[in-house]
Amino acid sequence: MQDVKITPELVKEHGLTSSEYERIVSAMGREPNITELGIYSVMWSEHCSYKSSRFHLKKLPTKAPWVIQGPGENAGVIDIGDGQAAIFKMESHNHPSYIEPYQGAATGVGGILRDVFTMGARPVANMNALRFGEPDHPKTRHLVNGVVAGIGGYGNCVGVPTVGGETNFDPSYNGNILVNAMTVGLADQDKIFYCAAAGIGNPVVYVGSKTGRDGIHGATMASTEFTEDTEEKRPTVQVGDPFTEKLLIEACLELMATDAIIAIQDMGAAGLTSSSVEMASKGGVGFELNLDNVPQREQEMTPYEMCLSESQERMLMVLKPGREKMAQAIFEKWELDFAVIGVITGTGNLTLTFGGKTVGDMPINSLVEDAPEYERPYEYTAKRSSVDVAAPADLNKAVLDLVGGPNLCSRRWIWEQYDHMVMGDTIQRPGGDAAVVRIHGTEKALAISTDVTPRYCYADPEQGGRQAVAETWRNITAVGAKPLAITNCLNFGNPERTDIMGQFVGCLEGMGDACRALDYPIVSGNVSLYNETNGSGILPTPAIGGVGVMADSSKMATIAFKGAGETILLIGETKNELGVSLYQKQILGEDTGAPPFVDLDIERRNGDFVRLLIENEQVNTCHDLSDGGLIAAIADMAMSGGVGADIVIESDLPLHVNLFSETQARYLVAASEATSEIIRKEAKDAGIPVTVLGTTGGEMLTVNEGAVDISLKALTEAHESWMPNFMANAS
Amino acid sequence: MKSAVIVFPGSNCDRDLAVALEKVTGNKPLMVWHQEYDFDTVDFIGLPGGFSYGDYLRCGAMSARSHVMKEVIKRANDGVPTFGVCNGFQILTETGVLPGALMRNANLHFVCKDVPMTVENTDSIFTSGYAGKREITVPVAHHDGNYYADHETLDRLEGEGQVAFKYTADINGAQRRIAGVLNKRGNVLGMMPHPERMIEPALGGTDGRILFESVLNSLG
Repeated sequence: MQDVKITPELVKEHGLTSSEYERIVSAMGREPNITELGIYSVMWSEHCSYKSSRFHLKKLPTKAPWVIQGPGENAGVIDIGDGQAAIFKMESHNHPSYIEPYQGAATGVGGILRDVFTMGARPVANMNALRFGEPDHPKTRHLVNGVVAGIGGYGNCVGVPTVGGETNFDPSYNGNILVNAMTVGLADQDKIFYCAAAGIGNPVVYVGSKTGRDGIHGATMASTEFTEDTEEKRPTVQVGDPFTEKLLIEACLELMATDAIIAIQDMGAAGLTSSSVEMASKGGVGFELNLDNVPQREQEMTPYEMCLSESQERMLMVLKPGREKMAQAIFEKWELDFAVIGVITGTGNLTLTFGGKTVGDMPINSLVEDAPEYERPYEYTAKRSSVDVAAPADLNKAVLDLVGGPNLCSRRWIWEQYDHMVMGDTIQRPGGDAAVVRIHGTEKALAISTDVTPRYCYADPEQGGRQAVAETWRNITAVGAKPLAITNCLNFGNPERTDIMGQFVGCLEGMGDACRALDYPIVSGNVSLYNETNGSGILPTPAIGGVGVMADSSKMATIAFKGAGETILLIGETKNELGVSLYQKQILGEDTGAPPFVDLDIERRNGDFVRLLIENEQVNTCHDLSDGGLIAAIADMAMSGGVGADIVIESDLPLHVNLFSETQARYLVAASEATSEIIRKEAKDAGIPVTVLGTTGGEMLTVNEGAVDISLKALTEAHESWMPNFMANAS
Repeated sequence: MKSAVIVFPGSNCDRDLAVALEKVTGNKPLMVWHQEYDFDTVDFIGLPGGFSYGDYLRCGAMSARSHVMKEVIKRANDGVPTFGVCNGFQILTETGVLPGALMRNANLHFVCKDVPMTVENTDSIFTSGYAGKREITVPVAHHDGNYYADHETLDRLEGEGQVAFKYTADINGAQRRIAGVLNKRGNVLGMMPHPERMIEPALGGTDGRILFESVLNSLG
């Protein structure tokens, strides 16, 4: 196979343009052989090189005093005090999950776990952000079923709790679902591991599973649009082995407790190739790998296959010399492969030998720095003007339809398939504003939220980008934690189209604004472009995963009303912002006007005020307002606590606007009458709008003496039944 | 009270069980690796939840044949209090120390949630603390908790007080809603729900803590 002639067709099959091929030839000073072509093709793929996005990503804010490691490593690292660090990242596994939902989603979880424990962290929480096509689409049930089973199958077995996430349905994902998985881990700050290789002559060690032929060209697949023959790409989807991953976590953490490791990197997209290139590139050294020593699962694998395989559960390490035996003993105890497959050199090249011959020799620099970078042309999305949105024919029915509809219904059917309690520190389970996981053995806790509102991002990328960041910040605030940093997963269509690139640039500008205003930097992330099928793109979906910390988790707030007779307060001002609202889209079937404006100063002011109420133990019932507006939030609080509410809204705005508007920077809190008086005074002093809405109690949700009048029972039934009914008879 | 927690490759509730035991007894349990043939004398042996050997064969089948289980079976037969939770229960049925088998959940989905249960026998060393509280809530998290035994065996288990816990509603298709069973002698308990996850209010309640306190009290 080494002798295969490189033809223009072969170059195209590898996803490279002819000008990119010429660039390879000039970087190498000769024609590449087939193995080298394969390696260039994955290293220069959109997935690995970020060639369309890098230029814009550089503009995002990534620094704060508590950021220990920003983007560029396997995951971001932040200081959470007491010498500890939270390490986290979110990553997409969209294309594989559409082709083979169970394995695609499972290996997505496996990959993101490895990114986090590679850095020395014990994973403590998994989250996800899922987008599926419209419920009626013939593939949707099958995909939901497979993705949920795959996420659960992997996370449950590994023993890391899946504590939350979000799920949406929209026709734009019919042919291209999104599966974004996030892992958060904990490490001691003096025990963080990086990927930069060092020390000429030091051994390069392969550990974990054996290499097979699965996943070859996964990174290239992730960098193209889908077409009718996508099903044929099934063999490029990897197969996950969570049991091996669990052993790998324990073995790596055991070795990391010693001082034997100089550098470590998981083998993710593009497997052995990208891990060795990244380690060598970061360390400014060369690697010589003897492919004969790579543990192999299948017979007669070629160098090309070994270099491009995306077999899962594998890691590459550089050890201090003389530590191989000790390290090997640990991996043998955990029944994992351990093989010295190479050595660090001073050549600056990635040199591959096989059967005594050199089968590849490429300058590391050319694989990384010479990768093309495109400043693709873009066109901003035209600004929309605000609209007036009509009232519903039947207010009660509209509320029930929203609360019991595909977008706001309970996700219990999903999260009950995830072990969300293993490790014994989940103190806020799925269903609240943010998941809260206690830092083991302490009173501190991490709050985690994933969010984005793609319909806002489509209507106004800049406001949508702001809103996605602000909403995770608000979610984390609503449980009483201080938001510290985010990771992101930027899912967009084909960047070669100016309108899509305009969405990308707009969203990033909005995200950057919000991160700066909220002191909430981006520390890691992933870009997934070409999310299109037959030329039809997804809604722009920059999923955000936020992490915050809480000093005393006993003060944590939850959304549930705690009992009768408490005063319900709205913090923040409601405006006439029904454009692109869930109400407009789902109840009226329209999608017009401008989405809510995100005023970041107000966002910060209101959020800081609410967080202080929780920290001061004035409030332990809090819910932020988002999709579905005020009425959806009150319904959540009532259903969660099994306690009704009676509210009266006095306002110049029409009632349906008050109930369904999605104005940002708003929270609902409940407190005793005496405390609520104090809160009103404090809010007034701080210049923050606060409104008394009514009181908790009873078994009804009542607004304005019967304008809305729904029993908690009917509400809960609608809320809980949509998902199980929808999934009944799934294949 | 000195306890041991057996660790198999793929166990993932070993730490949770150890934390619960330490919180209740005040002593850190001995963690015993599956390849050991012998371990120190202890008053209590715990087999944790998880996916030993990935559950790739039958749940618990591989672990039931490990070195350490020969010793665990011997000690259980000698009367040492032995407790298997979730995967630990599956291992105990695979060894034959406990009757019956755990099959895939009837709806084929993994299930993780709090479930109400009744305590059917409050005379055992594991359940004496529930005498004043027969209805409890403890979470489950399993894919294979569908308890099965033939009718004769089930009648015998019920007749002789070997059914320790029952779900109050159908959770996984288990025969007669059985959630936990004791051996004839009463010194071995296997259960699908996770009492170690309900040991403090912050985790949702303390109904699970009572089980460990019962053992502590009966061992003195």
